[in-house]
Amino acid sequence: MTEPFLVLDGLTRRFGATVAVDRLSLSLARGEILALLGPSGSGKTTALRLLAGFETPDAGRVLVEGQEVTDMPPVTRRFGMVFQHYALFPHLDVGQNVAFGLESAGIDRAARGARVADALALVDLRGYERRRIGQLSGGQQQRVALARALAPEPRVLLLDEPLSTLDPALRERTRGEIRELIHRLGTTTVFVTHEQDEAFDLGDRVAVLRTGRLEQVGTPEQLYAEPATPFVGGFVGRSTTVPVDVIGAGPRGARVRLEGVEWDVPLRAGAPAPPAGPAELLIRPEALWLVAAAPDALPAVVETRRFTGATSAYRVRTEHGAALEVQGVPGAFGIGDRVGIMPSRRAGGGLHLFPRDAS
Amino acid sequence: MSAPRGIASRALLVLLVWLIVYPLVLVLLTALKGEGGRWTLEFVRTFAERPTEWQALWDSLWISLASVALAALIGVPLAFLFARYDFPGRRVLGAVVALPAVLPPLVGVLAFLFLFGESGFVAHLVKRVFRLDEAPWRLEGAGAILLVHAYSMYVYFYLFVRAGLASLDASVYEAAASLGAGRWRTLRTVILPLLRPSLAGAALLTFMTALASFSAPYIFGGGFRVMTTQIVATRLNGDDALAMVETISLTVLALGALWVLRRSDARDAAAGAVTTGKGVAPERSRVTSPVARGALAVVSWTLGIVLLLPHLTLLLVSFVPTGTWTTEAVPPAYSFANYATLVRDPVRARPLVNSLWMASLATAAAVGISLAAAIFAVRRRTRAGAAIEGLLALPWAVPGTVFAIALATAFSVHAPLAARFILVGTLWILPLAYLVRNLPITGRAIIAGFRRLDPSLEEAAASLGAGRWRTLGRVTLPLLRPAVMAGATLAFVTAFGDFVTSIMLYTYDTRPVSLEILSSLRNSDVGVAAAYGVVLMLVSAGVFAAGAERGTAG
Ligand SMILES: Nc1ncnc2c1ncn2[C@@H]1O[C@H](COP(=O)(O)OP(=O)(O)O)[C@@H](O)[C@H]1O
Ligand SMILES: [Mg+2]
Repeated sequence: MTEPFLVLDGLTRRFGATVAVDRLSLSLARGEILALLGPSGSGKTTALRLLAGFETPDAGRVLVEGQEVTDMPPVTRRFGMVFQHYALFPHLDVGQNVAFGLESAGIDRAARGARVADALALVDLRGYERRRIGQLSGGQQQRVALARALAPEPRVLLLDEPLSTLDPALRERTRGEIRELIHRLGTTTVFVTHEQDEAFDLGDRVAVLRTGRLEQVGTPEQLYAEPATPFVGGFVGRSTTVPVDVIGAGPRGARVRLEGVEWDVPLRAGAPAPPAGPAELLIRPEALWLVAAAPDALPAVVETRRFTGATSAYRVRTEHGAALEVQGVPGAFGIGDRVGIMPSRRAGGGLHLFPRDAS
Repeated sequence: MSAPRGIASRALLVLLVWLIVYPLVLVLLTALKGEGGRWTLEFVRTFAERPTEWQALWDSLWISLASVALAALIGVPLAFLFARYDFPGRRVLGAVVALPAVLPPLVGVLAFLFLFGESGFVAHLVKRVFRLDEAPWRLEGAGAILLVHAYSMYVYFYLFVRAGLASLDASVYEAAASLGAGRWRTLRTVILPLLRPSLAGAALLTFMTALASFSAPYIFGGGFRVMTTQIVATRLNGDDALAMVETISLTVLALGALWVLRRSDARDAAAGAVTTGKGVAPERSRVTSPVARGALAVVSWTLGIVLLLPHLTLLLVSFVPTGTWTTEAVPPAYSFANYATLVRDPVRARPLVNSLWMASLATAAAVGISLAAAIFAVRRRTRAGAAIEGLLALPWAVPGTVFAIALATAFSVHAPLAARFILVGTLWILPLAYLVRNLPITGRAIIAGFRRLDPSLEEAAASLGAGRWRTLGRVTLPLLRPAVMAGATLAFVTAFGDFVTSIMLYTYDTRPVSLEILSSLRNSDVGVAAAYGVVLMLVSAGVFAAGAERGTAG
C-alpha cells in the first residue's frame, strides 16, 4: 500500500447547533477520483470547502503528501475548484479566465498564452480565448471552469456538483469526458454529487455521507454488494427494507422469518451470526423472484409494474402490508394478481440483514 | 489573519461615529446645557412657548405631505403613460420627463425665478397681454415652494413606478383579465397593490427631500418659514442653543416619518416578494386611432416643452449681458459675455474650481469608505460591519441643515481631548460635510452591489492563487463598477450643486458655485447667476450620462 496523497483526518465543522461535517476521515491515493455522495444537506459542500480552505475546521486536519495544510489559506493551497455555478469571471473573456491562476503563479505572459491554449484544448475549446463568458452555453461554461481550475496544475481538483446545471442528455456525455480527462492528467480529485449514477460513473471510490458523517467508503461494487448500513443500501441502488425475525442459523447463513415464510440470508464472509430476534432485511429487486401463488412462497398482490428490459420490476404488497419491489418475467402478471415471492435462484447477494436499531 | 481585519473594521466604525454620531450628540448637549455647563431645559421651554416654532414645524410637515401628494399626482400617471402606451415620440419624451433631476435644487429655484418670478418671462408676457403695470402675482410663500417641489420631485414617483411596472410580469395582467376583471378593477385590485412598494419608496424619498428642502423656502419663502430656514435664521441671530432645539425637532420629525413609512414598507416588501413575477413586462398598447394619437402627441409634446422650460429659460438668461434686460418681454441682447466672465475673471472662476475639487474629493472618500464598509458588512459579516452599515445610512434620514449645524458645532472648538478640532473656517470643513452627506448615497449603492455579487467569484479567485488585493482589483472592483458608478455620480452631482450645507460652512476661499449664484443674484447679476446654473446643469447631466455609460459598458 503506497502512502496516501490526500488525507482528511477527523474533519469537523459546526454551524451553531448543526454539525455539518462530523469527524470525517478519508484518504486518497495519488490520481484517485473520490466521489462524495449524499443527499442534500448531508455536508458535501462543507466538506469540499474545508478541503479548499474556504472554511476552517473546528477539529481535524487535512494533509497533502504527509504535509499538513489545514491552516493554509486557499490562496497558497494550490487546490483547484470548480464551483456548482462555475463562478466564471463575467467581465473577463475565456482566455483571461483561464489565465487568471497562471498570472497568480507568476508565469510570464509568453508562457501563459501557450498554457491557456493547452488547457482549452484539454476541454475541447481550442480557439475560444476571445469569447465572452455570456456567449457560451452551459456546457461550454462548465468546461471553461474546468480548464481554469486545471491550468495552474493544482495538487488536488475539487468539483462541487459539476454537472447539476446541465441538461440530462449532456450530463452523461460530459461525465465520460471529465473522467477520461482527469484520469489522463492523473490529478487527485474529490467531487461532490447527490446522484448515485454520477458517483458510480466518475468515482474510483465513493464515500457516502449522511448528516455530516461518513457511512461507508468503497468502490461502487462494494457499496452495492456489501452496504455497511441500511442507509447506504437504500441510497445506493434500488431496494426495500422489511422487518423480519432472525430465528437461527440455516445452511447458507442466517435463517429469518418473514410473515410466516422462512428464508436463508447469506452472511458476508467472516461476519458474526446475528443474534436471534427482530432485525431489518434490505432486499434488492433482483434478490427475489415472482412466481404464481405457491405454498412455500410469500403471498402478495401486484400493485404496479414497470418494464425494465429482460425482466419487469413489480411492486407488490404482502398480506401484512409490506411493500416490496421484486423482479419477474415481463408480462407474466397483471395488476391485482395474487402472486408468490421466492428468493431468487441466482445465488448470493441482494439480501442484507441489519440489527433493528441500525437505521 | 483575522486580527488586523477586526482592527480595520473597528477603526472605520470609530471614524464614522466621530463624523456622524458625535456631532449630533454635541447638538443635543448644546441644547440641554446652559451657562457653566449645567443641565437645563430652558431652551426647550423657550422653543415650546413660541408659536412661531410650532408654526415652522407644522409648515415643514404639511409642505412635505403636500409635496408627496402633488409629486404622486404628476409622476404616477406619467409613469403609466410611458410604460403602457406607445405613441410618436415616446422614447425622447420618456427621457425628457426625467430631466428635472439634472437641476440641482438651487438651480431649479433660479430657473423658476426667471420663468415665473415677478420680472420673469411669464410675468412679462402677462403684463404685455393684459396691459398691466405689475405682475398680478408674487412668486412667494407656500405656493411657490410647492410649485418647485412638485416639479423637481415628481421624478421620484415617475422613476420608481416605472421600475415597478417594468418588474410586473405580463402574466399578472393576463391572469386578472382571464378572471374577468375589467381594466379599472385590474388596476385597483391587482396593479396598485403590487406597486405599493414602489409607491412607498417614492413617497418616503419625496417626503424626506421635501422636509430637508432648503433652497426653495430660502429663496421663495418670504415671511413663510419652514423649519430648515427657521434654523438658519435663528443661528444668524446668534441664538445657538435655540437653533439646536429646532435642529432636534426637525430630526425627530424626519426620523418619525422614516419609522412610519419603513414599517409599511417592510410589510409591502414581504407581500411583494411573493407576488411579483420574473419581469417579462407586457407589450405596450399601441395607440392606433388617429384622433387619439394626435391628441396624445399634442398633450405629451406640450408637457415635454413645459418640463423643459426651466432649462431653456436658464440657458436663455445666461446669454443676456448684465444690465441689458429691463422692461422688455424678451431680452434684447445676447452674448457670451457671462461665460467669458466665468472663465477669465479669476474671482468668478474660483467657485467652479472649489466645487469641483471639493465634490471630487468628497466623492472619492465616500466611495472608499463605502467599499470598506461593504466588505466588513457583507463579506466579513462582523458586528462592527453591521453597525457601520447602519451608520452610513443615518445621514440620509437627517436633513442637511441638521448636519451642517452639527458639524459647525462640533468642529468650531479646539479640544483635542474631546476629539474636537477647529475645522470651521478652514479648507476642510466643506469637503468633510459633503463626505458625510455623500456616504448614504455611495454606501447604499455599493453595499447593494456587493450583496448581489456571488461570493464564489471571490473564492474562485482565491483558489486560483489571487491574494486579497489582486482579488479586489481584478475581480471585486470590476464587477462592482456599475454600483460604484451609480453611487459616485449621484454623490458627485449632489455635492457639486450643494447649497444647504455650504451656506452654513463656507468661507470666502472655499465658496462653492451655489453661494456664488446667490451672491450674483443679490447683486442683480442675473446673467452670471444663470451661467453658473447652466454649468451646474450641464456638469450634472454630463456626469449622469458618463456614469450610465461607464457603468454598463464592459
Ligand atoms: N454557512 C453556513 N451557515 C450555517 N449553516 C450552514 C452553512 N453551510 C452549510 N450549513 C448547514 O450545514 C449542513 C450541510 O450543508 P452542505 O454542506 O451545504 O450540504 P450539501 O452540500 O450536502 O447539500 C446543512 O444543514 C446546512 O444548512
Ligand atoms: Mg451542496
